[in-house]
Amino acid sequence: MFRRVALLVLRKDVAIEVKSLEVVSTTLFFAVSCVLVFAFALVRDGSVVVDAAAGILWIAIAFSGTLALGRTFERERYAETLRALLLAPAPRAAIYVGKLLGIVLLLGVAELMLVPLVSLLFSTPFFARPLLFVGLLLTGTVGFAAVGTLFAAMLVRSRTRDIMLPILLYPITVPVIIAGVRGTAALLAETPDEPAALMWIALLASFDVVFVTLALWTFEPLMTE
Amino acid sequence: MSGDFDSVRVVGVSRHFGRRRALSTISLTARSGEIVGLLGPNGAGKSTLIGVLATLVAPSSGEVRYGDRPVRELGPELRHHIGLLAHELHLYPELSARQNLTFFAGLYGLDRQEIVDRALERAGIVDRADDPLSNFSRGMRQRVALERALLHRPRLVLFDEPFTGLDDQAVGLVADRLRVLAADGCIVFMATHDLDLADGLVTRVALVRSGKLVSDEPADADLRARYRELVRQA
Repeated sequence: MFRRVALLVLRKDVAIEVKSLEVVSTTLFFAVSCVLVFAFALVRDGSVVVDAAAGILWIAIAFSGTLALGRTFERERYAETLRALLLAPAPRAAIYVGKLLGIVLLLGVAELMLVPLVSLLFSTPFFARPLLFVGLLLTGTVGFAAVGTLFAAMLVRSRTRDIMLPILLYPITVPVIIAGVRGTAALLAETPDEPAALMWIALLASFDVVFVTLALWTFEPLMTE
Repeated sequence: MSGDFDSVRVVGVSRHFGRRRALSTISLTARSGEIVGLLGPNGAGKSTLIGVLATLVAPSSGEVRYGDRPVRELGPELRHHIGLLAHELHLYPELSARQNLTFFAGLYGLDRQEIVDRALERAGIVDRADDPLSNFSRGMRQRVALERALLHRPRLVLFDEPFTGLDDQAVGLVADRLRVLAADGCIVFMATHDLDLADGLVTRVALVRSGKLVSDEPADADLRARYRELVRQA
């Protein structure tokens, strides 16, 4: 029942997004604008500050992710559908997992556009070590989304949710962004530092395990008013 | 299905939100076949009590017993037997009526398409089943919401201001459905502050005021006079 409910919630979010394209379009537009602004500011005569591309990629992921989190849960607030989801006869953590998978998928789509764009504008060979790079993106995205989904769900009934989400989210996800940036920078060095990248991936994977477990454990009491 | 019950007992339930006391040691029992009208002015605590019965709001003290078992013993399975219709429709406006009902049926493990088809028929929107819900009138959306709440044939049916924004015909349909549910053995709670609609429909009246249960008695012939008298006394 747990898996079934989580997948149903994911499928429902995808179906709504396919119809409205609301979150995908705003997230992508914001992410691309963010990268373009940094490219105009930091690229001079074809040369760029060392490690800038890594930082810009992760900043764009974090900012557009925050936007996507807010919009996705706004949908559940509009007609109080979150209450109807919480009435499903399954562990309420299944709702969390379904929403988390939706956010990860959405950020994955954003990254599909962001990575080639940053690579092009900053002349950065992200895929010199493709497996390690994908590992960094995946673990970093899951970590950011795990914390973000929990906070966005908690704040769905709060009037100050738009202000509170970044205030709560960024301090806790700073390790994810730092690990993502350092791991990506290690892969982009003249001689790619694979052990360093692996270390950052392991750190991100640990963060994911800790925060997904914590969210699964706390979601039900936090969502019961 | 396991976990079914034929009575609901609210035992000394209180609920505080910070320093505000929304419910204060409320106790009442409802049995199969009853339509209990939770009456009271705005802010009396009716919606909080509906939330507690739906397991969406945890009591600060006291408990609700479904049959003879508390929530913690029954687990998520209990929610198979609870249906909630509120003023907010709990439906996705971007999706069609069919998609909404199919999704919610899936949440309850009901995969058969005929369940959704029957619900669409009962809602009277078969010809518009694939239109986005956002194109529907308030009354049509409410009919879909009613079917959504009852898809899984719940034992405990909770209605929180179900008639808001409905025209007379839609009100009549919802009221008829309530009577059928009670006749089928459901336990129905209906929170409302509209005495005209409650009159002749509810079989018992629980008057809530400032979070306290002021009265719990069989529905009187002249509900409005009794209500005025109770509110004055409180």
